[in-house]
Amino acid sequence: MSRRLGWFIAGGLLVALLLAGVVSNFASGSPDGLDATAREGCTFNADDEITGGTCMLQQEGEHQMGDSPLADYGVRGVDNSFLSTALAGTAGVLITFAVGAGAFWLVRRRDQKV
Amino acid sequence: MDVVAMHIANGIISGPVSVIFIVIAVAALAFCVVKARADLDDRLAPMAGLVAAFIFAVQMLNFQVLPGVSGHLLGGTLAVILVGPWVGALCVSTVLIVQCLLFADGGLTAIGLNITNMALLGTAAGYLLVAALLRILPKTPTSLGAVAFIASVVSVVVASQGFVLEYALGGTTALSLPLISGTMAGTHVLIGIGEGLIAATTVVTVARVRPDLVYALRRFRKPVTTSGIGATA
Repeated sequence: MSRRLGWFIAGGLLVALLLAGVVSNFASGSPDGLDATAREGCTFNADDEITGGTCMLQQEGEHQMGDSPLADYGVRGVDNSFLSTALAGTAGVLITFAVGAGAFWLVRRRDQKV
Repeated sequence: MDVVAMHIANGIISGPVSVIFIVIAVAALAFCVVKARADLDDRLAPMAGLVAAFIFAVQMLNFQVLPGVSGHLLGGTLAVILVGPWVGALCVSTVLIVQCLLFADGGLTAIGLNITNMALLGTAAGYLLVAALLRILPKTPTSLGAVAFIASVVSVVVASQGFVLEYALGGTTALSLPLISGTMAGTHVLIGIGEGLIAATTVVTVARVRPDLVYALRRFRKPVTTSGIGATA
């Protein structure tokens, strides 16, 4: 990998870390498009509990990885929510880059130098 | 605050249908790996890692589209433009697998459903539009931005209808399909517009800084390019 490409990748990662580590704290907390559809047909009380009707959300099961230390984009044990989201986002970007770049590097073609 | 980047959770679609889609997803991703190898050189491999990490970051950024409804980028079109369709589908899948296994986002049983919608359908729709539009539009950063915007909107709506298909096959509740389809399409047009703006901003920036790193500018340049990959930089 050339040094110039290395700088571009580093710059891109820095942007991703800022987005996931800082900007993510200002993201909307509303249900997303799919979640909103899953809630359609049910009525909810002020505590967001289902009070009646039929909707997909009633069928939603537990997540197998619900006990993950990074579950729901927070770090278990970190009480400060800003810090918890920031750390989880930072970890996510670094892990995704490591897994992605590592896997792509392993399967790349080796026949020619670029 | 809670970040609610959400994909299909466990239990929404029946077990047998979920398993069928896991088989479909595994087969399709294996095919993508075979096709992606032709594109993946020493330069594209680290770039693909960056695209996956960037999509992970932006998927955390839910933006409001209606009162009480948000959405986030899916990333298929952005990945197609920067790293091509086969590697792009693998980038989005990488993000979904990391989110599922580490962040408990998107059910493990539902992983095949989520990969099919966002990594396969969304990316395929984005690719077809990008390839078609770049045959008629000039290859400038500005037109690449317009292409990214249009293809993102369509790609997100197509991905949302993938869920409707899965729900029709294995929905565990008896709700009206036209209603589900309409609600998904309506909210996802708006999410697609948000995604389009993010994708356009990103590809225009990369195209200005390092046009040689934009797959779409290298590969969709002419209808007949068979060789010369990486020969120009």
